[in-house]
Amino acid sequence: MISLQGISKKFGDKSVLDDIHATFLPGKVNMVIGASGSGKSVLMKTMVGLVKPDAGRLFYKDLELGEMDGDQRNELRQKIGMLFQSAALFDSLTVLDNLLFPLRMFRPASKAAMQERVAYCLERVGLAGTEMLFPSELSGGMKKRVGIARAIVLEPQFLFCDEPNSGLDPKTSIRIDHLIQDITNEYQITTIVNTHDMNSVLECGDHIVFLYKGRKTWEGDRQLILKSDNEPLNELVYATRFLQQFREKSG
Amino acid sequence: MLQLMLRKPENGRMYWEETIRQMSSIGLGSVGIVAFVAVFMGGVSAVQTVYQLVAPYISLTVVGSIVTNSSILELGPSITSLVLAGKIGSNIASELGYMRSSEQIDALEIMGVNPVSYLVGPKVVACLTMIPLLVITSISMSILGGMVICQLTGLITFDQFIEGARSTFLPYDVFFAMCKAVTFAFFISSVSAYHGYHVQGGALEVGRASTKAVVYCCVLILLGDYILAQLLL
Repeated sequence: MISLQGISKKFGDKSVLDDIHATFLPGKVNMVIGASGSGKSVLMKTMVGLVKPDAGRLFYKDLELGEMDGDQRNELRQKIGMLFQSAALFDSLTVLDNLLFPLRMFRPASKAAMQERVAYCLERVGLAGTEMLFPSELSGGMKKRVGIARAIVLEPQFLFCDEPNSGLDPKTSIRIDHLIQDITNEYQITTIVNTHDMNSVLECGDHIVFLYKGRKTWEGDRQLILKSDNEPLNELVYATRFLQQFREKSG
Repeated sequence: MLQLMLRKPENGRMYWEETIRQMSSIGLGSVGIVAFVAVFMGGVSAVQTVYQLVAPYISLTVVGSIVTNSSILELGPSITSLVLAGKIGSNIASELGYMRSSEQIDALEIMGVNPVSYLVGPKVVACLTMIPLLVITSISMSILGGMVICQLTGLITFDQFIEGARSTFLPYDVFFAMCKAVTFAFFISSVSAYHGYHVQGGALEVGRASTKAVVYCCVLILLGDYILAQLLL
């Protein structure tokens, strides 16, 4: 479980996050949604400790991130897996070495055992047989799946996904969404997904937090989101003319 | 940044492997250009020295002495370092800059790896060990280049060159050259790593960081060259 209590962050005079309170539970796909520039990425970077909040407290289970010393923070980070928007695979390493990297760094075991774990993770994301390819030889969707495989290789308790569908076609997008959903349910991990892709939200958003101009203005699930009377949220959900007309017709 | 670099590694073996990889890339990857530049540097300085020594009362063995001393004191360490600032410095800055802009550094940090220590540390160690060796190579190739050019063009013979080189050789000069090499190696690695690591933005900023790194390295090398000469000679 991850709990945010009054998280605020300013860059200069500009308030990017303003008094965010939220709780993200394990075994659920928690989604942080909002238009571009609403503060989603800063919130995610704050949660993983890349950005220090100006105010507020952030708890991983019952441990406060701000009060952890270096060792505790490093220990926590080994329990965190993250899928970046660009996948952030190491270009100079093959897919196999990308997945072996965290294992060799933090859980060195016999070569066979580590390769077995890598093979399992690649199998899990449907990319068995790509071990010897370099990231430059992979498509966008494959890169994201390798990113997911690398994120789960150390069996994390917390999985963060920053815009996992950006730049992907709808079919691959849904495939990535289902993968994230399946992994979340299978390992009962706390998953937080940043997105503004409404297909993803409606497909697997178990718990949704909506950010508008750095403030949390709505919270609910995918059933409730279609009935919300939050105007900025509706502008995001019903962004296309087609959906607006559909909404008007259906009342 | 230096403080972060000196933190205990998460896995010593992985750091060692990365250091060896960097040593191979920086050292072996630069031998060719260093040797090529040095041979011509030595050859040209020999030809120009002979050109200036037109007085009949000056022994031509002095050509060997001048080429050797200038190779050890200046051409080897300083010119090689300027060349390496362009090659290694821009490489380090653009590599780290690209890793920063493509979130690879963030990925390392989230994994729990200290990115400064893992990415910058091995590069600094590799430069500190390999650049002095490259400077020794450069000095040797420069002297050899001067000697071969003198022989081939009939300016002076091998024996005359070696006689001149031996007559004024001081081991302290080699020590001085190594002091310069280590200092310049630190400038090249740390300055370019700093500029690359702190890139904010995309391809344009990576290019700018790379250029900045080379310019600052060259300025520091020239300043350091003067200060070390004043202090140690």
